[in-house]
Amino acid sequence: MRQGGRQVPATAASPPELAPPAANLEASGPLDPASTAGGSGRRRDRLPLWVVLVACAVLLVVAMTLGIGIGSVSLSPRAVWQVIADHLAGHPKNTVADAIVWEIRLPRVLLAAVVGAALTTAGTVVQVLVRNALADPFLLGISSGASVGATAVLLFGAFASLGIWAVSFGSVLGALGAMAAVFLVSRSRHQLAPTQLILVGVVLSALFESVTSFLIFRGNPQATQSVLFWLLGSFGNANWAQLPIPAVALVVAMVYLLAQARPLNAFAMGAEPAASLGVDVHRLRRNLFVVTSLMAGVAVAVSGVIGFVGLVVPHIVRLIVGSDHRRVLPVGVLFGASFMVFGDLLARTIVAPQEMPIGVITAFIGAPTLIVLIRRRPYLYGATQ
Amino acid sequence: MSLDLIGLSVDIGGRPIVKDIDISVPDGRFVGLLGPNGSGKSTILKAIYRVHRPAAGRVLLDGADLLSMPHKASARRIAVVAQESTVEFDFTVLEMVMIGRTPHKRAFDRDDETDRSIVAEAIERVGCERLAYRSFNTLSGGEKQRVLIARAIAQGADHLILDEPTNHLDIRYQIEVLELVAGFGMTILAALHDLSLAALFCDTVCVLSDGVVVTSGPPKAVITVEMVRHAYGADVLVVEHPETGTPHLIPRRSPREGAALTGPKAPGPKA
Repeated sequence: MRQGGRQVPATAASPPELAPPAANLEASGPLDPASTAGGSGRRRDRLPLWVVLVACAVLLVVAMTLGIGIGSVSLSPRAVWQVIADHLAGHPKNTVADAIVWEIRLPRVLLAAVVGAALTTAGTVVQVLVRNALADPFLLGISSGASVGATAVLLFGAFASLGIWAVSFGSVLGALGAMAAVFLVSRSRHQLAPTQLILVGVVLSALFESVTSFLIFRGNPQATQSVLFWLLGSFGNANWAQLPIPAVALVVAMVYLLAQARPLNAFAMGAEPAASLGVDVHRLRRNLFVVTSLMAGVAVAVSGVIGFVGLVVPHIVRLIVGSDHRRVLPVGVLFGASFMVFGDLLARTIVAPQEMPIGVITAFIGAPTLIVLIRRRPYLYGATQ
Repeated sequence: MSLDLIGLSVDIGGRPIVKDIDISVPDGRFVGLLGPNGSGKSTILKAIYRVHRPAAGRVLLDGADLLSMPHKASARRIAVVAQESTVEFDFTVLEMVMIGRTPHKRAFDRDDETDRSIVAEAIERVGCERLAYRSFNTLSGGEKQRVLIARAIAQGADHLILDEPTNHLDIRYQIEVLELVAGFGMTILAALHDLSLAALFCDTVCVLSDGVVVTSGPPKAVITVEMVRHAYGADVLVVEHPETGTPHLIPRRSPREGAALTGPKAPGPKA
């Protein structure tokens, strides 16, 4: 009643002008410059980077606190931080809470954060490499290559002399090998077109997957179980020893990528425009290949194949901050880390005491998110306007 | 001072596309590259902006070997506006034009006041102030092209390469784009499709056919009925533009088909 009473005079005063401009804004097609001049139809500049970074940092801290606190034995945030503070101060207490936080949950949460950040960064870069917003780090054969390597280790004890590093080594080697194969095969033509790259990636991925299947088929049934679990992704075996390699890889890759953020923006325009902007396209492309396979390789090595993160998170980040990689990369690291920590929290609590493979969780969250995004922004996916 | 291509040959996938051509673009001039599809116009331009590596020959900028310069250094001298295209990612007009500053920046450099004022001025020069915060992908073809021109201006080069910049644009924007770039006083080398438009804007034109320069000179001397028949294999009329006196093409229908369609009662040509 009251609503109706207020609405009528308003519309009478200024006929259809109140609602439509806002609606127009969303559906802005190719508008004449004159029609957008009204100010209200104009989009404002992006949020300042530091605001987004602070928000994402807070999100990450919250995610990690919850990730450490929640479980079969629940701890309050205060208790969680008390343990961490004790350890950082150098005099840990000998309590159950201490053991749970420091020995079990903290390394797991940190590993999830690092892997989430690495996969997000790798996804962001691959999307630029193939100039397709629907690409993810596993498109170019990285995951399937890593799987071949890791499966060979798990089933046949390859690289046994490397001890606990054997699986990591095998999967990084597999990832780099696969990426190199994709790169070389698509390069044999005079130019490297994104479509060609995607096709070669898809084809070689299929090939590597069948190699993995073949290895599983030939291996012994008990080992097969662990291979399958690994293939679906999990942080169940996380420990401190696994952390340094992916963390260092992430830091090195991020430093390189932030240094190359402008060339990366130019490269997002396409290889030819990038060349005209003074980017050494061949070198940049080769380096991006190496950096991406390294990051995705070490991530896969410690956690298995976790899908959708490298695809969905870069998208969400691009929606928030635009596509300038000086913004996308740092925000992606924080947001990707938070996303993975939350995902892992769900994976181990949703069917407790059992643990769900985290790949299942990320797919359940990722698929609907992606569909919503695709429907909201059709022009990003090849459909023009 | 000039941009000179000397004995330039370019192969693509082992096939010779451009064969031993010589073209000189003197400072401040607007030189047009003409020729049918596949004649090698684009390939020549891409050899200059370092997408294709020439099989033979040299590209000299003011006498210095352009292709042995650092990539950034050559990009500070030569900017490119190609055909309007879609970008897969969401950049605002402002961000798009800022990308033009790439060859001037080192790793970790931030955008400073100079960059911002250069970008703002570039956007102003193409008249896109109102679009500054719009997403590039939501613009019309003509608007996109103006933004890409602003990016080239922000690049701060004194040479501009245009690779069929008016493709897919309607007549208003075709004229607007060429008028805009011609007004900058930059040295321009442009591959153009429309011979009449080329005649209006170019000081010199080079006609390519099958990867070689068949003729070059002022538009009035080069754009003739014979040249179009020879290079393009098309039968046209060439008249004088009533205002500028430059050659203007009038398409013709081939006599037999035209007669069949207009019917037996049609008067003879130019009754």
